[in-house]
Amino acid sequence: MKIHEYQAKEILRKYGVPTPRGIPCFSVEEAIAAGKTLGGNVAVVKAQIHAGGRGKGGGVKVAKSPAELETYARQIFGMQLVTHQTGPEGQKVRRLLIEEGADIKKELYVGMVVDRGTQRVALMASSEGGMDIEEVAAHTPEKIHTVFIDPVKGLQDSEADDVAAKIGVPANLVPQARTLLQGLYRAFDETDASLAEINPMVITGDGRVVALDAKMNFDSNALYRHPDIVALRDLDEEDPNEIEASKFDLSYISLDGNIGCLVNGAGLAMATMDIVKLYGGNPANFLDVGGGATTEKVTEAFKLMLKNPNLRAILVNIFGGIMKCDVIAAGVVAAAHEVKLSVPLVVRLEGTNVELGKKILADSGLPIISAVNMADAAAKVVAAARG
Amino acid sequence: MSILINKNTRVITQGITGKTGMFHTKMCKEYAFGADCFVAGVTPKKGGQAYEGIPIYDSVKEAKAQTGATVSVIYVPPPFAAAAIDEAVEAEIDLVICITEGIPVRDMIRTRYKMQGSKTRLIGPNCPGLITPDEIKIGIMPGHIHKKGPIGVVSRSGTLTYEAVGQLRELGLGQSSCVGIGGDPVNGMKHIDVLKLFNDDPETEAVIMVGEIGGSDEEQCARWIKDHMKKPVIGFIAGVTAPPGKRMGHAGAIISGGKGTAQEKLAVMEECGIKVTKNPAEMGKLLKSVL
Repeated sequence: MKIHEYQAKEILRKYGVPTPRGIPCFSVEEAIAAGKTLGGNVAVVKAQIHAGGRGKGGGVKVAKSPAELETYARQIFGMQLVTHQTGPEGQKVRRLLIEEGADIKKELYVGMVVDRGTQRVALMASSEGGMDIEEVAAHTPEKIHTVFIDPVKGLQDSEADDVAAKIGVPANLVPQARTLLQGLYRAFDETDASLAEINPMVITGDGRVVALDAKMNFDSNALYRHPDIVALRDLDEEDPNEIEASKFDLSYISLDGNIGCLVNGAGLAMATMDIVKLYGGNPANFLDVGGGATTEKVTEAFKLMLKNPNLRAILVNIFGGIMKCDVIAAGVVAAAHEVKLSVPLVVRLEGTNVELGKKILADSGLPIISAVNMADAAAKVVAAARG
Repeated sequence: MSILINKNTRVITQGITGKTGMFHTKMCKEYAFGADCFVAGVTPKKGGQAYEGIPIYDSVKEAKAQTGATVSVIYVPPPFAAAAIDEAVEAEIDLVICITEGIPVRDMIRTRYKMQGSKTRLIGPNCPGLITPDEIKIGIMPGHIHKKGPIGVVSRSGTLTYEAVGQLRELGLGQSSCVGIGGDPVNGMKHIDVLKLFNDDPETEAVIMVGEIGGSDEEQCARWIKDHMKKPVIGFIAGVTAPPGKRMGHAGAIISGGKGTAQEKLAVMEECGIKVTKNPAEMGKLLKSVL
């Protein structure tokens, strides 16, 4: 789960991470008032959307007067902000963060993720603040310093100090950097984060170490024990189809093709998308109905796929293990009747009770194209989508 | 021969009185020598009861002491599953198979930390389990699609493992053992650990290795195969078409920062002499071609 920058900063402040003073705003009027509350001449107007690359897309502006602040707030609030992470349609800006300006002397990078190899949280730090860490890793990997944090001891003073020095924090400010890094780790650990990034972490002209930006993502498996974080979810930032799918415990991701895929199991669902593409088609979605699909779930899955105006055909690929083929077949038939199926449907069934399942489909009178294996299914659905 | 488990394995089921635990224990007990293999269940405060004739104990330690079981399988719900693994590790169980899906990563980091230096092997979590056909099935895979034979199968995905097994069956090829290592980012045995066992198993003649996007376990395994593996290995990686930054069902299946793509994995595997296919319908055919 993702949250906004201002929300991440609120969490980090509780853990002693210094951030600029700022006020989240839900209208231009609130933004103007926030500028007055903060005082001073320089304020930063920051679009709050979940995607990164906001600055380059024109979603972050430094205002040098209250008049400029109003101009920028009017510009940014409500705009369709396009960044490299939003796709060409962009994301509508519904929230702003108005922050006091900072006198930046140096921009650095610090971030934390779970490292699968060492099975620990990795602290990554670099002197190249403001840049994508991926870019730094690709071009100047020697500038990234990594610490794998002991889950029992936490981030040690010596480790934090060492990393701070390596990325160019002046010696007299190392204790401040240590406080920030240790706070960041405690926040990461205690909130079950999957990613925490401060980019840039800045050194200011008056000798402070400050988190100028902040990003946090959370492990969805752990949300059950963090109601306070669940409350930060912003549904406006999520794909409405994916929200709908999550209500029915379906794992669904929208893609830009025209062949709907309904599959049981994440690995098989990915492989089904791959084979559709390999046969010259384009998947419209990833959809894993899981191990315990019911008629209701299958019906909801069909409804979701049929909402897509680009949809030209549907492929159902089931390898029944625990899920019996006759149950899924009954679900497909019921769903097809209920949703008024408007596109060709190709079904491939294999596994437990497969004969029974095939019989149910054949007896249904529905114009179902049946396939004997994955390759046959892919070829048939690609042909059907072409009409 | 086979790897990790055979008909002489004795198994404790942790979480035997839950809905999932009950259902799958019954299915596993009905498979091959299952009736002899599944000797104990554990549910705290339900010691003294029985399910399907299997005695239930309050703790893994007690179950092990009473039955001599050396393997445990876990169906405990996610909030308590990591603690269930810890309990099995403390009881010095040889092999722990955790089926549970949805365990917080933070819990698994701590559990794996505690396992340092322990002799216990962990498979999973979020996995289908493992099977040695015609002998024993521990987990949630459909037993009837398998048959005994010379092919080893290792995979991060459940249904994609069944798909590979189904293709082998069509070609008349049976399996020595099939291991689902699970789709979570922080887990127990990796591809490489299972490949080492297949390499040393005289009954296994060739291996299908099924991977998916995310992490770099497949690459590491491929490099090991290049230097050490004496048997042919073929591979498939799911997720060539997966968009970056999106979690594709499995918590571990996510491309982050351009790392962990299927293309990257396939390229390394090919460099290491592993025959790979981009067509998931041809895993069986490709395996047959290298025998």
